[in-house]
Amino acid sequence: MKKRKKYTGLERRKAISGYLFISPFIIGFLAFMVVPLFQSLYMSFCNVQVSPEGITNSYVGLSNYIQAFTVDTEFNRLLVEEISRMCINSVAIMVFSFFVALILNQKFKGRALVRAIFFLPVILSSGVILGVETDNALLASVQSMVEETTNVSSVSDTLQTILITSGIGARAFETVFDIVDGIYDVAIASGIQIIIFLSGLQTISDSMYEAASIEGCTAWESFWKITFPMVSPLFLVNWVYTIVDFCMRSDNELIEKISEQMIAYINYGFASAMSWVYFVVILSIIGITSLLISKGVYYYD
Amino acid sequence: MTKARAAKRMKGSFWERNKLSEGYLLKKTIYDFVYKIARAALLFGMCFLILQPILMKISVSFMEERDLYNPMVISIPEHFTTANYQLTAQFMSYGKSLVNTLIVSLTIALLQITVSTLVGYGFARFNFPLKKFWFACVILVIVIPPQTISTSLHLHFRYFDIFGIFKALTGEALNLRGSVLPYYLMSAGCMGLKSGLYIYMIRQFFRNIPKELEEAAYVDGCGTLKTFVRIMLPDAKPILTSCFLFSFVWQWTDNFYSKMFLGNISLLAKELAVVADRMDAWVVNTLKIPGGASVGYTNCIVSTGTLMVIVPLLILYLFAQKGFVESISSSGIKM
Repeated sequence: MKKRKKYTGLERRKAISGYLFISPFIIGFLAFMVVPLFQSLYMSFCNVQVSPEGITNSYVGLSNYIQAFTVDTEFNRLLVEEISRMCINSVAIMVFSFFVALILNQKFKGRALVRAIFFLPVILSSGVILGVETDNALLASVQSMVEETTNVSSVSDTLQTILITSGIGARAFETVFDIVDGIYDVAIASGIQIIIFLSGLQTISDSMYEAASIEGCTAWESFWKITFPMVSPLFLVNWVYTIVDFCMRSDNELIEKISEQMIAYINYGFASAMSWVYFVVILSIIGITSLLISKGVYYYD
Repeated sequence: MTKARAAKRMKGSFWERNKLSEGYLLKKTIYDFVYKIARAALLFGMCFLILQPILMKISVSFMEERDLYNPMVISIPEHFTTANYQLTAQFMSYGKSLVNTLIVSLTIALLQITVSTLVGYGFARFNFPLKKFWFACVILVIVIPPQTISTSLHLHFRYFDIFGIFKALTGEALNLRGSVLPYYLMSAGCMGLKSGLYIYMIRQFFRNIPKELEEAAYVDGCGTLKTFVRIMLPDAKPILTSCFLFSFVWQWTDNFYSKMFLGNISLLAKELAVVADRMDAWVVNTLKIPGGASVGYTNCIVSTGTLMVIVPLLILYLFAQKGFVESISSSGIKM
């Protein structure tokens, strides 16, 4: 009753038109998101049989999940691999895009051109094109063979050898070098993130830096005291976007396995179980990390 | 007069001024110079990193097969040929796919942006019960990977039925698989490719429009719909253009939804994914070479195919670059 009272007269009319405006979303959300979501959750507990008359679900309990974790030879390995690749790459993408945004925010000749080039990957690395490029595993092996036989030693290779043989934190170095070798992957995945960071950087007013420098702040200090806190809300946005984007990428082996199970083997129950495991893991990673990040976020207004 | 003279004196006495500032000026000038060089080198390197694969693809696509194995040929083909393009066009049935892709991308993008604009506007400018809950649902739509529900959507449209109407009329559920209708339905219901993101961006834009503008329109006798069409939409052109461009481009290259819902139409993205297999089959069946196509030549054909898919997008990007970039930076995405 109280709630009713809140929306009277014009407010009530506006509330109704508000609902009319978002009604496509509500209908679509219920029909194409909620229903399939619960259906696929139910299917993951079932043995799904498809026949010309329709679908028959026979409840089998957790056996699909048990099959995924204990029987299937690939699933555990793929899950761990994809998740760790996602985490490492996402961190690298965040650092890279923030760094590039900082540089692109400065004034120099040809800035428009450089920005256009950095934004190009949003178009060029979307959808199927990425998958086609990484598909060429065979070619890559041929290339690496050629490289080995030609015996070219680059600066980074030599540095790598020196650092790894020095024995300090060999594992950590390996991860770093993997990222450096995959800098192209990082660069082409960070187009949108750069734009978002740039938009944040441009909203910081110059007077703030001026005041800081008059008070005796060095550039390094004003970066940590002004720039970093002011764009910190965007770290959250970008982090979530990066992870979600990574899930959608077409070179994700786990997703490939799932759709193969679904389309080629018509094993809907097993495919649903695997995708639910993946979904829950991703969602919990997003939830936990955004909680951690949002603790450190600073809101100016 | 005095200003010019002062400037001249300042210019001439760099060392004097340097002396006055106890070496600070020289140090700063050198520092700035080195910084600029380093930045230019870094930027050039990174731009090259991004552009190099495209340039490489362009040069490879004009090579004959023997050029690929010739160690002397690196980027400029010795035997210039356009045969690769003809072959690839044949494998991908390029003309038909291009027209299909164009039609599908255009219509889907239009539909998606129209609906997203309505929904985004509703979220930004109206107060209604459960608004926070519904907006949380939008965030959920952005976050849920579509692969999770792909299994049941697959079946959902195989035995499509709205509250059992079709079953009552014709005796069996509708098989919508292989027709384009499901995907258009989903796009109309904001569940298409990245629809949640567009809603979010458009809502962010409409929220920044001052309330006075809206109230003035109401006072002058505009209804809700008229205010939206006459006052709000003209303002929102940049963000709508940018969302439209994104939607168009992402739809153009999308393989996931196309493979699932648009199975019967030949689209560029789908053709590109199988062009290597087609090539192999062609070599075995037509040229009667039992081993299939060589790795290098397959790669060459795939590169050519990729180029042919992205060239229309590149042209679009050249003309509409501002539309892509600037409106996002102006909308101020925040959480």
